[in-house]
Amino acid sequence: MALLNITSPHTSGPLDTGKVMQLVLIATIPGVLALHWHFGWGVLINIVWASIAALGAEALALALRKRPIKFYLSDFSVLVTAVLLAISIPPYSPWWLITVGIVFSVLIAKHLYGGIGYNPFNPAMVGYVVLLISFPIEMTTWASPRQAYDGQLPSLIESITVLFSGRDALPIFSLDGITMATPLDILKQNSTLTVEDLWTKFPQFGQWGGLGWEWANIGFLAGGIFLLTQRVFTWHAPISMLVSLTVMSAFFYDSGSSISGGSPLFHLLSGATMFGAFFIVTDPVTSAVSNKGKIIYGALIGVLLYLIRLWGSYPDAMAFSVLLMNFAAPFLDYYTQPRTYGHAKKDRSKSEGGQ
Amino acid sequence: MANPSYKELSLNGLWKNNPAVVQLLGLCPLLAVTGSVINAIGMGLATTAVLVISNSCVSLVRGVVSDAVRLPAFVMIIAAAVTCIELLMQAYTYELFQILGIFLPLITTNCVILGRADAFASKNSLLPACYDGLSMGAGFMVILILLGAVRELVGTGALFNNMDLLFGESAASWKVVVFDDYKQFLLAILPPGAFIFTGFIIALKNLIDTQIKQHQDASKEKPAAGAKRVRVTGHIS
Repeated sequence: MALLNITSPHTSGPLDTGKVMQLVLIATIPGVLALHWHFGWGVLINIVWASIAALGAEALALALRKRPIKFYLSDFSVLVTAVLLAISIPPYSPWWLITVGIVFSVLIAKHLYGGIGYNPFNPAMVGYVVLLISFPIEMTTWASPRQAYDGQLPSLIESITVLFSGRDALPIFSLDGITMATPLDILKQNSTLTVEDLWTKFPQFGQWGGLGWEWANIGFLAGGIFLLTQRVFTWHAPISMLVSLTVMSAFFYDSGSSISGGSPLFHLLSGATMFGAFFIVTDPVTSAVSNKGKIIYGALIGVLLYLIRLWGSYPDAMAFSVLLMNFAAPFLDYYTQPRTYGHAKKDRSKSEGGQ
Repeated sequence: MANPSYKELSLNGLWKNNPAVVQLLGLCPLLAVTGSVINAIGMGLATTAVLVISNSCVSLVRGVVSDAVRLPAFVMIIAAAVTCIELLMQAYTYELFQILGIFLPLITTNCVILGRADAFASKNSLLPACYDGLSMGAGFMVILILLGAVRELVGTGALFNNMDLLFGESAASWKVVVFDDYKQFLLAILPPGAFIFTGFIIALKNLIDTQIKQHQDASKEKPAAGAKRVRVTGHIS
């Protein structure tokens, strides 16, 4: 099977898998803090609960497969999966929702395919898509950012109560306004108001993108730049994804009429854009390997992201775009193999088709 | 071909050569209509009936039909059988007929049926051919029902819903709610669930086979000490 020949990460040298994963975990901190500031304790509780569930699921899978448990647990890869999935799940989700997602990510998307390095699809995104199509109601009710409604965000104790007994258990969640449509959703449903009117009518919009979302995106951008300077990944895939998203949104932005898709800045700073660009698209296992391949891979994710955001049936599309391109990664690698050192360049004048 | 025994035929259909999890034939209905137990039973019964009828008819005409036109002839026989079953279901179990929809006429294209007609029924006499159809159909139906039960349980948290569609009014109360207050797990009912659970069933079957083989190998008689290897090549003069 040619499909499974890639067994990256091929990293060698001072950065081993464990160190890379630790750096990725550190790099999520600014984005997570921004999310925490705007959406409350639910974000951190998601992460803690997902990490516990993921460590349990990974240990179980390793025990079943008779692999050294301590060795594989200490490479932090499962924690990265857990944190990425936890950030994607709406805050104040029930425990079973997070657990189902984690179990699916770790057991089915990762270990059934052979464990770390062998999974053709990004485990966190598989878990997310499974949850999204199985539990659409739970997965599409985002809490609103704290500035968007008058009232208190749930306290830490209240948030833990929500984790174990659901949102119905807290009177605060029956208040109007604690959950709201996300800015991307509003823009998608809108067909009568100009973008400017949307901005004044809905409190969810911030300075450039979604309120709260813009800071989370800037946080993840900062984390991504930190990872770039640490040489955890190369610039090719994330930058080409952001560029193609910018080009797409600039092309379809008619300065804000009611059918416009929102400004490029709005798209760059809303939803999962930066988080996806630097933490999902750059996954070394499931993305294309060669530099040229990474550029095509990232650019097509950007195009798909915009197409589904505007004309698909979901407001955001990071997970779907990435999974679709995961399918294409081996294909891209096949056609973008770099020239081996010492071999001559392909002589175009002699090729059969010619130009 | 020597006439296989009935025991062998049953074993083949139900386990060793199971159409659904070994030959992987007829996956289209297997994946499409196994969202619940009742659908699985309906589809399983219809397929089994078609298999028995088509195998018997093919076996009866096997001396008459020439090799060149055998496949069109078999397909005609199968299509006729499917039409009969479809009309019967339309008459007696109309709701189930509506739920199964296009997948009833599509039984005609189910590879299990044409496969058995060509590989077995056209070379054997009436009774073995008929029995082969029955055991293959039963093997197919067992997997359909297993898959339907797993998907219904994981998807909705209950079992045996809507059994009255096939078994009369009294069966309406057969529904068993296994988990109270269960959120629907849509993935299990949607097509991906069918693929994933079929994979698990195949894995389980392979696991059992490996265990049986290991067990047999372990219990095989060890050669007595000092025994000599039997010479299998060359002539002993």
